[in-house]
Amino acid sequence: MSAHDHAGHDHAHGGAAHGSLKGYLIGFFLSVILTAIPFWMVMTGAIDNKQATAIIIMAFAVVQIVVHMIFFLHMNPASEGGWSMLALIFTVILVVIVLSGSLWVMYHLNANMMPGLHEMQQMP
Amino acid sequence: MASTAITADTAAVFHLEEEHAHAEGGSTMLGFWLYLMSDCLIFAMLFAAFGVLGGNYAAGPAPKDLFDLGLVAVNTTMLLLSSITYGFAMLTMDKGRVAATQGWLAVTMLFGLAFLSIELSEFAHMIHEGATPQRSAFLSSFFTLVGTHGLHVTFGIVWMVTLMVQVARHGLIEANRRRLMCLSMFWHFLDVVWIGVFTFVYLMGTLR
Repeated sequence: MSAHDHAGHDHAHGGAAHGSLKGYLIGFFLSVILTAIPFWMVMTGAIDNKQATAIIIMAFAVVQIVVHMIFFLHMNPASEGGWSMLALIFTVILVVIVLSGSLWVMYHLNANMMPGLHEMQQMP
Repeated sequence: MASTAITADTAAVFHLEEEHAHAEGGSTMLGFWLYLMSDCLIFAMLFAAFGVLGGNYAAGPAPKDLFDLGLVAVNTTMLLLSSITYGFAMLTMDKGRVAATQGWLAVTMLFGLAFLSIELSEFAHMIHEGATPQRSAFLSSFFTLVGTHGLHVTFGIVWMVTLMVQVARHGLIEANRRRLMCLSMFWHFLDVVWIGVFTFVYLMGTLR
């Protein structure tokens, strides 16, 4: 308990970590690259396979979000005695459940419940 | 009777020990972070709605007909530049340089305004072409998601102006530093949400 209290004191006086000029520049440089490559891929159609392109640009987005979290939002496991990280992990789990759950369920509903025009014409 | 008095005493002492530790604003950053996480859930719902409805064009315009990726790239650059200039504002704030902090905040605000004007002109162009929110489920969810993000940026700019007035009046006092740090988190968080928007809505919409 005393160790935790001490961490709280440090934050009250020194504030959260602000990062450094170097940190901001590294973060900016990485995000420019991580933004430019997906745009380039989609605008020029560098890879012919659309599904592969979609998976790659999503991977770039995830990496860029992590870069922003570290270099701009200064997330680290120790900030606020670990509570920020815990809240973040909880939120990420909820977001993953909401997104994957909605897409999964609604995709199957669409596939099973809504016959397209083509199938309708073949019905007796 | 005597035993209850003792219990009351110990309880009072216990509370005193817990209460004395909190400096003013000591828990503001964590509280604001929790607000951002709840905001993140709002965006998760809107992203989920767009993911489900984004393919329902109702024989109306599809993303390919509407989105100008070059313009979106410029928009993304504006937001990214405003993120790094806000970072510079925080660094000059740490050194206590009031004028430089105000200058970087003003630059950040200009980039934010540029982002908003590009987005609004894009919306106006789409509505002019008949791609209104009422046209299809895709467009309803598109305007809700991107519009909510734009609204956040708008309020961020209003907040920034407010804080620039505060800093001009009272200088970089402890309270103003805390407020600027909260806005910093808010602003960088909006940039994180925008990564999701341009990837999920614009790039993957164009791929569809």
